[in-house]
Amino acid sequence: MSTVFLQQVVNGLLDGVYYLLIALGLSLIFALGGIVNLAHGAFYAIGAYLTVVLAPWIGFGATLVVSPVAVALLGVLIERTLFVRFYREDPILSLLLTFGLAMVAEQALRMIFGAAPLSFSIPSWLRGQIVLGDFIYSRYRALLLLLAVVSVALLWLLLNRTAFGRVVRAGVQDPDMVGALGIPLRPYLMWLAAIAIGLAGLAGVLLAPIYSIHPAMGHDILTPAFVVVVIGGLGSFWGVVVAAILVGLTKGVTIGFGYSQWATAVIYLMMLLVLLLRPRGLFGERIKRFE
Amino acid sequence: MTGPTRVTRRKVLAAGAALGLAAPAIVRGQSDAIRIGHLTPRTGFLGPLGEFAVQAADLAVDEINAAGGVLGRRIELLKEDSVNPQTAATKAERLIERDRVVCIVGEISSASALAIAQVTTRTGTLFINTGANSDALRGSNCARSMFHVESQNSMYVKTAGRALLAQGLVRGKRWFSLTADYAFGHDLLRVARRFMEQNGGQFAADRLVPTDLADFSALLLEIRAARPDLVISNLAGNQITNFLKQYAEFGLTFPVAGFGFDTALAWAAGRDAFIGTWPVVWHHMIDTPASRAFVDSFRRRYRRPPENQAWGDYVAMRIIAQSMTELRSTDPQRLIEHWRKGAKFDLMKTREGYFRASDHQLMHEMYAVEGLGSRAPNQWDIFRSSGPIPGPGEPLEAIAATEEENQCRMA
Repeated sequence: MSTVFLQQVVNGLLDGVYYLLIALGLSLIFALGGIVNLAHGAFYAIGAYLTVVLAPWIGFGATLVVSPVAVALLGVLIERTLFVRFYREDPILSLLLTFGLAMVAEQALRMIFGAAPLSFSIPSWLRGQIVLGDFIYSRYRALLLLLAVVSVALLWLLLNRTAFGRVVRAGVQDPDMVGALGIPLRPYLMWLAAIAIGLAGLAGVLLAPIYSIHPAMGHDILTPAFVVVVIGGLGSFWGVVVAAILVGLTKGVTIGFGYSQWATAVIYLMMLLVLLLRPRGLFGERIKRFE
Repeated sequence: MTGPTRVTRRKVLAAGAALGLAAPAIVRGQSDAIRIGHLTPRTGFLGPLGEFAVQAADLAVDEINAAGGVLGRRIELLKEDSVNPQTAATKAERLIERDRVVCIVGEISSASALAIAQVTTRTGTLFINTGANSDALRGSNCARSMFHVESQNSMYVKTAGRALLAQGLVRGKRWFSLTADYAFGHDLLRVARRFMEQNGGQFAADRLVPTDLADFSALLLEIRAARPDLVISNLAGNQITNFLKQYAEFGLTFPVAGFGFDTALAWAAGRDAFIGTWPVVWHHMIDTPASRAFVDSFRRRYRRPPENQAWGDYVAMRIIAQSMTELRSTDPQRLIEHWRKGAKFDLMKTREGYFRASDHQLMHEMYAVEGLGSRAPNQWDIFRSSGPIPGPGEPLEAIAATEEENQCRMA
């Protein structure tokens, strides 16, 4: 295998990680709250716009913390005022709600910042390349990858190694039983929304220096993120992780073989195949409530 | 009986206007305004450019009305978001049948422009395309009632191509091209390939890029391995911005050029990332009195400089107003005849322009700009410009598609 092709494979593996921050949040909010959050992309866009506004004042480093926290707070506000009304309702209703929210957010960004895309560059201390023998890679992307992996690892620890995570996992399977045990799920749902939406905000900060920042940018990322969730299986942590890597890899290899025009179509073909063979996704668990 | 009554009413209104009291009432009361339909994408990936188009059309109409309108009548602009080809056709139909507009101005997407053209051709309505580039609109799909202020792809390619020839980046050189995988991109690639082959260049590789691809890392790795002499962008919209930002991120140093371009996308890439040679119909640093005045009033009103799409819609409105005034008529058929006979217009450049009768393409000067990178003095002035192309001694048709390259048979 040539070095170039090997580079494509490695790059493909990394590429999927960008979707992961969005896809995991989508999966979490649906698994526990039963809400398909079509506004998730909008929170990503808000994270990116906040970066453009805040970075000149507080620096990119501080934005990495401040912007996701601000987006998470906005998420909590929306969770407390809107999502709470839909947890026990038909998912179709919350689908309509979040679809509306996404449009409101996009138009609000257009009204405040204009339709023209905004510019934002990689901060000078993060520019340059990492050279490992034949493998040359962008230093910024290495940082992006590191932060994404750390966030995902922390999330896994939170869900699997803490009391908080135990309640969340139990709540996914049987919210009524959790309630019967005298544990109210509401605060957990709030924290989960904060984390999931905060991660979307973080993705917005991380991708602002390398993607175009425009009001509809949420759409661009939401569709592939949904594909990742569907392939991986709703509610499955590792399913989403494996699917993200698989999607990135497939895309990278397709381009590596010179078939760039198929780079996005191939992801949808993969989703079709998975849905035909395993309708619950690769690692999708059987969630009683949704059957 | 009606005659004297009308005169009296006008006198009353005039008196009111003089007092500055009833201006909005006059505007509403005047039923004989000249209605023009403006149809352009305002959402979606072309939305950012559509916003410039709408702002400039508004500015032009306000200026024309403030100067007394056309033939003593106000211009009333009916603006719609064209969204996609189906919606564009429906809205064009409504503007014509219900609102009785005298003409339709606008569009950026070549596919939507074609859909509008089918409606306007059927109804015999005048359509002035201000933003769609495909050669096919001036060739196999050309129409007697359609005129193009926007340059065709051939003009873009030949403008940037001249700059590339001067830099020695064509003959014997290997190009790596990235092309947006839809109608506009395919049309542009065809024209670009013809130019490259005629001038002795060849493709190192030639890749089609799906329009929803945001991450270019895999392609950038391929480019780095291919070591081309020139990287060509036949991309559109936000993809140009994404590509430029990530090209800078990966630290590639091969020269870059593009055949499709909009200044707003360069501004979005920012001065750190905007490099390369690109063609443009007009930009905000063109040093003519009319351009300076336009830039000043646009900046005053919208707090940013106008970009090339703003020029297209601004100039289109002025061409309509000027021609109606010259003809003392709003009859679209007479406008078509007038323009086909080579009427000249001030396009805020060094030379006047005209519509070429063979395909109704506006003949005018274009420019090749070169990104300054981090040397740029501010966030707007991020490139330097060539002089007008074609130069002063050449005919304006020198950069347009020849009849062999793009044949138009008008019914």
